Amino acid sequence: MDDRNKKTGRIQSAPENFLDADLAHEITTKGLNPERRSFMLKSFLAASAAIASGSAFAGKAKSAGDPNILNLPEHSTTLGKPVTANPYGVPSKYETNLLRRESPGLTRVSAASVSFAPLQGLFGIITPSGLHFERHHQGWHDIDPSKHRFMINGLVKNPKVYTMDDLMRLPSVSRMHFIECGANSAMEWGNNAVPTVQYTHGMLSCSEFTGVPLSVLLDDCGYDKKKGKFVLAEGSDGSGMTRTVPIDQALDDVIVAWAMNGEMLRPENGYPLRLVVPGVQGVSWVKWLRRIEVGDKPYATKDEAVHYIDLMPDGQYRQYTSIQECKSVITSPSAGQVLLDKGFYNITGLAWSGRGKIKRVDVSVDGGKNWKKARLESPDLPKCLRRFNFDWVWDGSPAILQSRAIDETGYVQPKINELREVRGTRSIYHNNAIQSWKLAASGELSNVQTY
Amino acid sequence: MFKRINLFLAVVASMALSVSVYADAYTNIGRAATAEEIAAWDIDVRPDFKGLPAGSGSVEEGEELWEEKCASCHGVFGESNEVFTPIVGGISEGDVKAGRVANLVGNRQPQKTTIMKVATISTLWDYINRAMPWTAPKSLKPDEVYAATAYILSLSGVIPEDFTLSDKNIAEVQKLMPNRNGMSLKHGLRTVDGKPDVHSKACMKNCKTTGKLTSTFPVSARNTHGNIQQQNRTFGAVRGIDTTQPPAKTLKETQERLKLAATEKKGSAKAKGDMLSVAKKNNCLTCHGVKNKIVGPSFNDIATKYKDVKNANVTLEGKVKKGTSGTWGDIPMPAQSASDRDIKALVNWILKGN
Repeated sequence: MDDRNKKTGRIQSAPENFLDADLAHEITTKGLNPERRSFMLKSFLAASAAIASGSAFAGKAKSAGDPNILNLPEHSTTLGKPVTANPYGVPSKYETNLLRRESPGLTRVSAASVSFAPLQGLFGIITPSGLHFERHHQGWHDIDPSKHRFMINGLVKNPKVYTMDDLMRLPSVSRMHFIECGANSAMEWGNNAVPTVQYTHGMLSCSEFTGVPLSVLLDDCGYDKKKGKFVLAEGSDGSGMTRTVPIDQALDDVIVAWAMNGEMLRPENGYPLRLVVPGVQGVSWVKWLRRIEVGDKPYATKDEAVHYIDLMPDGQYRQYTSIQECKSVITSPSAGQVLLDKGFYNITGLAWSGRGKIKRVDVSVDGGKNWKKARLESPDLPKCLRRFNFDWVWDGSPAILQSRAIDETGYVQPKINELREVRGTRSIYHNNAIQSWKLAASGELSNVQTY
Repeated sequence: MFKRINLFLAVVASMALSVSVYADAYTNIGRAATAEEIAAWDIDVRPDFKGLPAGSGSVEEGEELWEEKCASCHGVFGESNEVFTPIVGGISEGDVKAGRVANLVGNRQPQKTTIMKVATISTLWDYINRAMPWTAPKSLKPDEVYAATAYILSLSGVIPEDFTLSDKNIAEVQKLMPNRNGMSLKHGLRTVDGKPDVHSKACMKNCKTTGKLTSTFPVSARNTHGNIQQQNRTFGAVRGIDTTQPPAKTLKETQERLKLAATEKKGSAKAKGDMLSVAKKNNCLTCHGVKNKIVGPSFNDIATKYKDVKNANVTLEGKVKKGTSGTWGDIPMPAQSASDRDIKALVNWILKGN
């Protein structure tokens, strides 16, 4: 085997070489136990013996090649499963590693916590609904849609109650938008605190949402166009989540949504009804939405007066900070990942802006000294994730990978020191700094800060 | 209806583009909300006290309520950092006078308490009323909400111990809120057309950098989020690093490791994992650790205590269901709403010791 490695200059991606795929997967996901270890050893010895004897694979005298090609696999030689074996399809049994996960120690109560989306292994821009990040303030429920009610009151001529039947008859729109928690990347204002992009940037997801524009409903209730300056959105969960939205924004592109990625919302994402507030931090996208109140003043609710306020160096808090400014991150290769060998890699990542479309993304592999434009994938939508790709050949030397996004307003994603100059290091929220991943000569990537 | 038609015509006339209505509005969709329905749901209280129900509560009443319903999470003095961040602490008499909390400047008090941050007393009232207690939100009566609010403010030195907070004097107490002048609206993050406060430039070539790493994620912490290898695919362009091992020094070493792709076997029997998740699902782990005391005793301490007690499982099931106090200290455990099946299984599991 050593000889073969020398010839090709690279290793085969063992242990798949000599192990049954199921066992290989089990070992890499669950580790070795004595039973697996002994089984692996036997397989290895058998494979080595076969190679040493010059007949690479038992039963295939004098032929050479990959057993996965030479020995037709079971799925090529047997009858497969019928339709509706899985009436609601689930991922392959080999896809068990990319899960939403908590960051240990971040919160102490898992009903008021966060789970992060595994950005390191996702493709394109749509987050699979089961991997959409979670943020609950007092736990989640699975609400009976036939009993769910939605009310509009306050400065309206006709306070009204709608059932799901009512809402779903109304003219709907379907739009793709990102949702990012205002506290995404919060742990990184000072020092690097978490190991991978899942934890630095995973309070980010993107979906197609379907629902009725809030403007339609406000019109239907005859909202007070003179006095109505704000709306309060209120959830029906225990926390009764409440957030203030300025009326101009409410009338612009806010959606009262019931669907996500072609199906009804998942319970963890607000089933059967949530607010979609494009470009604005996730906390305003009130889940399990029960009520909209039109008012003439903002409400200073708990999550806009105690949390989700940004502490400035002078000791003042910025209140009602909402917009998620332009930001990007390389999702792969990224910290916690390791490159298999020198050679070609596709650097890929995500860019987004709460102020509109993404105009450009640049990538640097030398810690920000030199930059080149990345390839932007379609679609090109406002307040929506944009996937970028960048061709790169790794020569084996250390590198620092960074991405930098520019939105259609011309705003350039800042470096962490530029953010800190204005906002200090204690504001928790709205960290949209350029992210750096250090690639060591060993192929391992880690989370670093440099500017 | 006449007005609505007028509105519709006005919209058409101005050629405004939104979702156009090819009918005289949304006929026969939704219905009028009744006054009782609005009263049941419209519970928000604004900084100008719009929405605040009449009522009152004294500090003394608040203290009693607090010990019964709040202390288990927030500590007897609202100071606990065990379950949630502290509510009380970090302010001074000077803050009450100035309306700005001095400890918010610099890093004098890294842990910000609620009372250090909140500028509006309505926020406290509204949130306690809509979301507390943690496991039974919206169960407090207005007078109890006044009392709890009064207790917090008394602990903070904002109002005296013999104070009774009411809808009549709440506006006066607002004038004593320690951080009442601490909020700023002068920033560009409120609206989509707001002005950014940070202005970077997109340099492309030979850009100025420090060339230094100003921070690096500590190697010693690389396995704190679990083995990253198991958080990446087992095929594709990259692999996850086996963070149970120290960093590889060379690419060759990396490739040797990948070849083995072997990780130290951790974890435990499936059954244990399953019961832990049942405990987590029912929020038991908020107050109990398996091996460590949090607010309540550890599961293992419970197992030891009840080792030789007859029918301990029946006793404990009752305690979990109905709530209990006095066995392990002053802080009571509220009644739990877990299913009977879960409670039975959890008690069995706890008593076995882990």
